[in-house]
Order: sequence, then C-alpha cells, then structure tokens
Amino acid sequence: MSAPTGKTRRDPDRVGRFRFMDAQPVNLDGFAVEDPSLGLVAFDSPADPLPSLVVDEEGRVLEMDSRLREDFDIIDDFIAHHGLDLAMAPEAMAVPDLQLARMMADPGVPRSAIIRLVDGMTPAKLARCLAHLRPVELAMAMTKLRARRTPSNQAHVTNRSDDPLLLAADAATAAAFGFREIETTVPVLGDAASNAMAVSIGAAVGSPGVLVQCSVEEATELALGMRGLVSYAETVSLYGTEQVFVDGDDTPWSKAFLASAYASRGVKMRVTSGGGAEALMGAAEGRSMFYLEARCVALARAIGAQGVQNGGIDSASVAASVPRGVRSLMAENVMVMARNLEACTGNDALMSESHVRRTSRTLPILLAGSDYICSGFGSIQRYDNMFGPSQWNAEDIDDYLVMQRDWGVDGGLRSAAEPTVAALRERAVQAVRAVYRHLGLGDFTDAWAEQAIDAAGSKDVPAADLMTPLVASRIIRETGLTMVDVVAALYETGFEAEAERVLRMLKARVAGDYLQTAAIFDDSWRVLSLVTDPNDYAGPGTGYEPDPARQGEIDTIRQQRSMQDLRAEQAHHRSERLRVRGPARVGSDPREVVIGVSPAVGRELWSTLSGLAVVEVLDELLAGLEEEGCLGRVVRVNDTIDLGLIGLRAARLSGSGIGIGLQAKGTALIHRRDLPPLANLELYSVAPSVDAGLYRLLGVNAGRHAKGATPQPARNPYSDEAIEARYHTKVVALVGIERQCCLPQLDPEELEVAPWQ
Amino acid sequence: MAVTDTVGATGRDPAEVSLDTVREGEVSIADLSIHPDTLQHQAEVAERHGNPQLAANFRRAAELTALGDEEVLAIYEALRPHRCTFSELAALAADLESRGATRNAQLLREAAAAYARRGLLRR
Repeated sequence: MSAPTGKTRRDPDRVGRFRFMDAQPVNLDGFAVEDPSLGLVAFDSPADPLPSLVVDEEGRVLEMDSRLREDFDIIDDFIAHHGLDLAMAPEAMAVPDLQLARMMADPGVPRSAIIRLVDGMTPAKLARCLAHLRPVELAMAMTKLRARRTPSNQAHVTNRSDDPLLLAADAATAAAFGFREIETTVPVLGDAASNAMAVSIGAAVGSPGVLVQCSVEEATELALGMRGLVSYAETVSLYGTEQVFVDGDDTPWSKAFLASAYASRGVKMRVTSGGGAEALMGAAEGRSMFYLEARCVALARAIGAQGVQNGGIDSASVAASVPRGVRSLMAENVMVMARNLEACTGNDALMSESHVRRTSRTLPILLAGSDYICSGFGSIQRYDNMFGPSQWNAEDIDDYLVMQRDWGVDGGLRSAAEPTVAALRERAVQAVRAVYRHLGLGDFTDAWAEQAIDAAGSKDVPAADLMTPLVASRIIRETGLTMVDVVAALYETGFEAEAERVLRMLKARVAGDYLQTAAIFDDSWRVLSLVTDPNDYAGPGTGYEPDPARQGEIDTIRQQRSMQDLRAEQAHHRSERLRVRGPARVGSDPREVVIGVSPAVGRELWSTLSGLAVVEVLDELLAGLEEEGCLGRVVRVNDTIDLGLIGLRAARLSGSGIGIGLQAKGTALIHRRDLPPLANLELYSVAPSVDAGLYRLLGVNAGRHAKGATPQPARNPYSDEAIEARYHTKVVALVGIERQCCLPQLDPEELEVAPWQ
Repeated sequence: MAVTDTVGATGRDPAEVSLDTVREGEVSIADLSIHPDTLQHQAEVAERHGNPQLAANFRRAAELTALGDEEVLAIYEALRPHRCTFSELAALAADLESRGATRNAQLLREAAAAYARRGLLRR
C-alpha cells in the first residue's frame, strides 16, 4: 500500500467529535435566537409594558400596565372590569417585585397572604415578580401555592381509528394506573360522541370517580357536556393578544359565557393557554411569552374559570426554543397557582426528541407536585396519540413510576398488576360491546374484541371497522341519547357496578362540589379540592405527605425483587453434579491447579450472573486446564467471601501454587500462593459478560501459569450498557447469601464435579 | 354540602334516582343537572375561598339553568366575534333581563360595548 499523496480531504472546519455530537437526538430540536419582534423571548421583552394601575373614584380603571382605558383591547377591558381586587390593588402594586418573589419562595409566608396580594396585581406586575424566581425557588413556590394538597395526573386516551373497544380498554387501563382525569379527542370530528361514551364507560370500569373530557370545538364540547357524555371540559382556549383571541373565534365575553354554560349543567371546566401560542400564530405584538401568558392567566381568573391548563401546551416547543423558555413554562404554572386557580401543569405536547431534555423539563414539577403534573400524559403509545405525541407516553409509564419511587414523591400514578389490567380490559371491552348493541349503536366481532383486549395499540387491532364510531356518533346525536341511557344499558346488560359508577358521576353534577377549584374525586368518591383538601405546606414536615397505603403504591413496582425471589430463582438451578467429598488436602503434583469456589456454591447458589450454571463454569475451567495438560481440583473455601482470599486459599492448596478463585456470581481470578491477598495474576471482573469461552481461556491461562508458560492475553468484555444498574441489586443479594453461608471455623472442603448423566 | 341535601334542576332528589328508576325510563338528564340554589350555594363557597370571580360565574350559571341547551348554545354563538350587530346583542340582553337573567344580560351589554369599540360586531 502506498502512502496517501496530495492534499488531505479533511474539512478543516469539522472534526469527528462534532459530527458525532450533531447526530445526538437533542439536535433534532429547534433552537431560536431570541427575537422580541417575533415574540421569541421568554421573559422581559423591550415591548413589555411597565406595570401600572390608575383607578378613579368610581372604581373605574383608567390605566392598566401603561395603557390608557380608551386604548384597552378586549383582554385589558375584561381584566380591568372583572379580574382585579381594586381594594387590594394600591397595596399590591406597591409591593416591590423582589419582595413578592421572596414571599412566594419562603415557606414561612402562608399561601393565603400571597393569594390576597396577587388579587390586586395587574398582569405585568405579577409577571415581573415571578421572573425573579430561580428554578428551585419556582419549585418551592409551586409546592406551597398549588391549590389542592394531593397531587394528581391526567391521561390522554385516544387512538388512530377511534376504536370504541380499544378506547374503553385503554381508559380502564389508564384508571388502573391511577390517572384521575382522562382526556380524549378525535381524528374525525364526527366520532366525538362515540369516543366520549366509550372512554366514559372504560374509565368507570377502571375506577370509580375518574373524570372524562372530549377535546373538540367549543360548542360541540359543550353539547357533549350537556348530555352527560363527558364530566369536565378543558378545551376552552385563551390567548394573550386580541388578534389571536379573535382568530380563535372567541372573545373574553364568549368564553365567560361558556364557563357559566358549563357550570349551569354542573360540569367542571378549566381553560387552556400557554406561552408561545401568540408567537406561533404570528401576532405576539413584540411582547414576551411570559407577559402574554400573564394576561391569559389574569383573564382566566376574570372570567370565573376555576383552573388553567398551561405551561406551553401545543406551543411548549416554541417556548423551549429560546433561552430560559423551559423555566418560563414552569413560572406560568406557578402564576396560575398564585391567582388561586387549579393548575394543570403542561408536560403535555412532546417538547423535545431528547429523553434527557424532556425529563429535565418535567422533573421540577414532579418533585414540587401540582394539581395535575401532566395536562395530558399519553397513556397510549405515541403513534396513537391524536393530540400528537405527549411529553410522557405509554412507552414511559414504567420510567415515570420508577421516578416517583426514586424520589419518593406522588406523581399521581401507581403500578397496576398485569392480571388486574387484563381483567379490566376485558370487562371494558365487553361493557362497551354490550352498551353499543343494546342501544343499537353498533356490533363488534369476537375477533375485534379479542384484539382490543390484548392490544398495545391500534396497530394490533386490524379487525377495527372505521365506520362503526362514525355511525354510532350519528345515532347518538340524532336520537338525543344521554348518559342516562348509558346507565340503563349498562344495568340491563349486567354491568351493574359500572352502571352505578356512571350514575354516581351524573349525580355529582347535582351536588356541584366538583365545580370548586382543583376538584377531583378519589376512588371512594370524596371530592378533593381547594375547599376540601387545601394545600397547607409551610415548610419541612408540613403539607402533603402520602399516607402509608399511598406510599406503598409509590414504592412498590412490579420489577422489584427480594432476597426470597433470588433464593427461589437460584434453587431452580440446583444441580446434583456438585458433591462434597470431605476435607480438602494440600496437593503436591506440580501440574495441579486448585479451583476455589465461594461458600454458597453448592449450598444456596447455583447460577452465575451471566446465566451459566456454576457447574458449567467449572466444566469450562477444568477443560481449559486439561487442554494444558494440567490437573484441576475443586475445593470450596468456607471461611471467606473475598475473591482474592478464595483464590489465595486455593493456590496454597494447589501443587503448582496456582489457584483459581470463583464466586457463585461468576467473578473469577487466577492467584499464586506467594502473592498478597489482593493481588492476582488475572481478574475477570464483569461477571455478567463472561461467557463459556472466556472461562475456558481462564482455565487455559491458569494451566500456563502453573507450567511457567506464557498465558494468552484476555480482555474483559466491553459493554456500553448499564451493567451495574442491571445487576447490582442481584449482587447485593448474592453477596448477602454468600455471607450467610460463610463459616469462619469451617475448613475448605473437596468438591466433586460429577460427569453429566 | 352532601349529595343528599341537594335536589336536581327539576326538583328531584338524586337519592331517589336508582338504577331501577333509570331502567324504568323515569329519569332524564335534567333530573341530574344542577339546581340554581345549589349554584348560589357553591358561589358562596367560592367567595369564602377567595375567588369572587368564580362566584360570579356560578351566579351567572344559576340564571342559565332556566334556559334550554339550544338557547344556551345560541347565546354562546351570538357572543362570538362578528356574529351580531350592537342592537342584536342589546335585544338579546333585554330579553335575558326580562326573564330574570340580569347578570348574563349585563355580560352581553358589556360585550356589545366592547365589540363596538374594538370592531367585533357583525359587519
């Protein structure tokens, strides 16, 4: 081969390290240079107004946030009319921004004191105060300021085919995992009524008291609520500029009326807003995302909504594209809490392709706790989420459960046992099937039902007929069916418990207690809200703490293993080939190599971390020695679990002075009788990755050491997997068992490895 | 307030509504809708918990319990931008006023004034 000639082809501006970095998932995300003219700025745009409030003697607001009354747009107008406590305003507007920020983060200042002051603050004033809070201070403020003491979570349940059976099965599954609200929507608007009905039935199968909504156009959603087909509403969007508000075909007055319309039927509702929406629609008026959101939140309070879903929502990735954008999303949530409203805290639309980045965005809110950590955790797979993939999806449920357990916090979810979920899915499918048949809405084949029960997603249900939900919805609309008819159908077809649950939810509309701020039902139908379960955090040792039963749910995940589990697993690999022959002797044959095994071998432990049985490992070691013309002899060292000492004990019993040490978990080394205990000739430390071939090589090399020949170099196998995360819990248990089997007064014993039968 | 203390919009006690009465077809969704007095009570609760705006919402809602679903949906539609002239909104407000829905009437009058000022009436 000739050496390369001519000019190098390397691009002088590029290096491999950056090409490698470019290929990482986070670089699929878009990042924007701050540009206030486009509204691409999180906090503090040059065009954000200075806070101000001028009120005349008749209580009319003459100026708010540097804008005169005659120049008020519709948002200013409504907030000035309805949103401010004008008696509190002089005191509130005079509080220095930093002072309020400190009060928010200080656990010694009660929530009520903050709420009272914020009532008198204009949007610009509150935005400036909150901009002072750093991330950990935001978390402190959230812990204290959220309305409800008990945190909770909301799920998305949708699928690509609006399959009623799969919707019901997945709604029951979401309820089993602990979600207390379920939001569905439609890829096909005509399917809305069927989806609402199927999800409501499925949720009732899964747990008592789970609230259900169907996110569609405002008037359609209200109509569903009026007929009891949903039990709350959330898709009532607010925007921070007049242009975008009107483009959304609403005004503050129409939204205020809508809020009252829901309440008039006893149906809970919250509004939706979120930073970045105005920039996304090209009408941010040069304002910062956070200031515009401050207007939305003030308006939400002004129209009489009990709560807000914000924290970016559909525009979360817009906010996240600018510096401090993710911080502003959390500050939006805290702002809602400071306005004494229910906070449904985003973590909804997926804001990054990077697992690291989306976890970073959610974690502080999970730790602080909110009324709903996610305003839409995709409890179904990403591809089935008709809102688009969520920040958290079915792919991540176990991750989320483990995160709750890691930090010991209540993120609203619990583990569900597989047989329980299987039974619930079957019951949900059969309930919807029965109700649809009873009401003449549609028939489902057995194959469809079977597929829906088992399915991990709609791709697993090829039997689904796309016309069924469309026809069912048309019949529901045209015949004026209500949830009362569903109750009757459930009861008639033998689903009495579910009929009772659906009826109970309708009766909740009569009492109206769940119209209050941040209300959910627990699974014994108790309303938990600002009124019945107020947040009383005042520092360490106060506020929400999971009760022992709930803590048990958080701590118990299905993947956990105990010492008993491990013993049973080991006993399963018990072998009759390993027999004790009596006390070990000192050998004299210079070709002899002694293999010393750890105390639990042949007593409690039979299988190594790599999955090889201990006897199989011994077979390989002995075969390797034989290849070198050496004699192998196996002894069990009973008085120590230290591998170096085991190897040294073996070497000192060995005629050649070379010994092999082997722990039951599979870690092995070669030792020599004149070395210090912690030294050795070769160490095979990554037990889970040592295979039969490598043990054979170890035997060969021990033989060569015995003969004074040159051993073959052996390398520990390489892996980029989290080997320690995978095996360390087992190692703790295995070492614990070794320790129990270790008897300091017991001398080494000779073991026979009987041939295969 | 417990469920048993409260009657539905039709005056029916939900405690009397059982699965059997539902199966007999003796129950309508209106029986399981909220009564205006309950909304007034919830308004007082909201006020005591520091949210007079939520209370105002419940009081407007109490008035709307007297209206049918179609009418409520129609008023919502009328309040959307560019749907009505000033006088149409004023007439709607007067009608509501005459039927005792004074708070909603006030909301509509306010809307009419704001829409006139900001160009959101029907052109």
